[in-house]
Amino acid sequence: MILNMGPQHPSTHGVLRLILEIDGETVVRLMPDIGYLHTGIEKTCEAKFYQQVVPLTDRIDYLCPMTNNLCYALAVEKLLGLEIPPKAQWLRVMMNELTRINSHLVWLGTHAMDIGALTVFLYCFREREDVLRLFEAISGQRMMTSYFRIGGVALEPPLGFFDRVRDFANRFPSKVDEYENLLTGNPIWTMRTKGVARITAEDAIALGASGPTLRGSGVDFDLRRDMPYSGYENFKFKVPVSQDGDVFARYICRVQELRESIGIVQQALDGMPEGPIKADAPKVVLPDREKMKTQMEALIYHFKIITEGFAVPAGEVYQAVESPRGEMGYYVVSDGTAKPYRVHMRAACLANLQLLPKMCEGRLLADVVAAIGSIDIVLGEIDR
Amino acid sequence: MPLTPAITDLAALKDHPAVARLRSWNSAAVEAAKFDRDEMTIYIERSCIREACVILRDDPTCPFNYLSDVTCVDWYPSQPRFEVVYSLLSIPNKERVRLKVRLDNDNPAVESVTSVWPSANYFEREVFDLFGIRFTGHPYLRRIQMPEDWEGHPLRKDYPVEGYR
Repeated sequence: MILNMGPQHPSTHGVLRLILEIDGETVVRLMPDIGYLHTGIEKTCEAKFYQQVVPLTDRIDYLCPMTNNLCYALAVEKLLGLEIPPKAQWLRVMMNELTRINSHLVWLGTHAMDIGALTVFLYCFREREDVLRLFEAISGQRMMTSYFRIGGVALEPPLGFFDRVRDFANRFPSKVDEYENLLTGNPIWTMRTKGVARITAEDAIALGASGPTLRGSGVDFDLRRDMPYSGYENFKFKVPVSQDGDVFARYICRVQELRESIGIVQQALDGMPEGPIKADAPKVVLPDREKMKTQMEALIYHFKIITEGFAVPAGEVYQAVESPRGEMGYYVVSDGTAKPYRVHMRAACLANLQLLPKMCEGRLLADVVAAIGSIDIVLGEIDR
Repeated sequence: MPLTPAITDLAALKDHPAVARLRSWNSAAVEAAKFDRDEMTIYIERSCIREACVILRDDPTCPFNYLSDVTCVDWYPSQPRFEVVYSLLSIPNKERVRLKVRLDNDNPAVESVTSVWPSANYFEREVFDLFGIRFTGHPYLRRIQMPEDWEGHPLRKDYPVEGYR
């Protein structure tokens, strides 16, 4: 029997349609059908100035806006050959890890809810709310932050912000214990996840898996540690790897990542350098408000950046960062003008989604729900 | 870090492991190479791309075993019009290399690399959908983002941003 799962199905986290060929309760063939959320962001980017693309990058993956901001900003900075001051780099790392926590909390809550553990959702969203309040404090926005800009970050953190982050970082590890108490040893949870949707390391690499999906299959690779960017080489953290390759392994990897991320946040707070938060590049970075009111030159630069953008030397870069879902890559091509010639996003979810047929075929229909949750898909990123 | 000029001289880049490996296999396969902003780009002759990928994937010293991405750039109206871009990653060596194939406007087609990395499946479908490049030997070359009955290929440069009305 051919069955349509989605595009309006609560466990597909958006508008994913799965065409399932089933024999009784067993899945014979599974085919994902995507594109329901395609908004043509790559095409839109070509019509915008470089700095105008930043808000678009938020909207690709709405659970980790800052990771996308970071990746795009790093790509353009590499094209420009721009040096970023240390404080901006550390702020970026700190916010990026908070974003990872935010994303993993939404994943954990919804994934557990899909499998039937409703309580976890409430616990996760309680802490997620704290993270979103921090985002609001630093950028003025809860979700579409656009906080990282080309050449640095948008604003100086408000007074008392670091104390609030520290307060959260101190509280958070005990909250992760609470989630683990609810799930890790729970017999129903382990029955639903252990040995389900297995994927071997070879398959994971061949099918383009990345992030926790790859590490859950025993491949020890994390871009933050292995190809560091934005000052990640200054931080100490472990990369959780599990050998089992099943839903439980991916769950354990992500929960451990929550603990590692909060460790990185704490390191960033302890070692936060002093100094400017924007690069010294008047033709690229908008001047301070105060300078604009007192200095003619700053006013001219501001006017020029807003009205005609800034030219980026011709060339191309591929910049990849470790997003909560895996390898998020931006391929930016410049033809020497103020608008990008081509911006391409390598979506981690799009590649991870290709594992789904391999995970589910020959298994029970109910396991499909567990498998979708375990690869942590965000349809906004898949379809762009 | 001020920008250093790109190195585009193939003779100066012949010692790069990926270039050396490809040239020792088939010197005609490498059309050109470019080293810019710490990133290596190798232009591959169109008919050799699949085999070149196999060579790089199975290289014992530096296996580029992971395909990060396949995409395309449209250089309309200049010729050759399209550049199909493959981003390869070596997980053991933590290194990247970019392969490029140039295609001209009439009948843009290139051999699919899905037999080398199954992950190329969706990436190539997306390039087919949005650029109209045909990948010969692809198992299921259908539109992926746009509706089945869509006309045209939106990411081509001669396609208006607002679409056709």
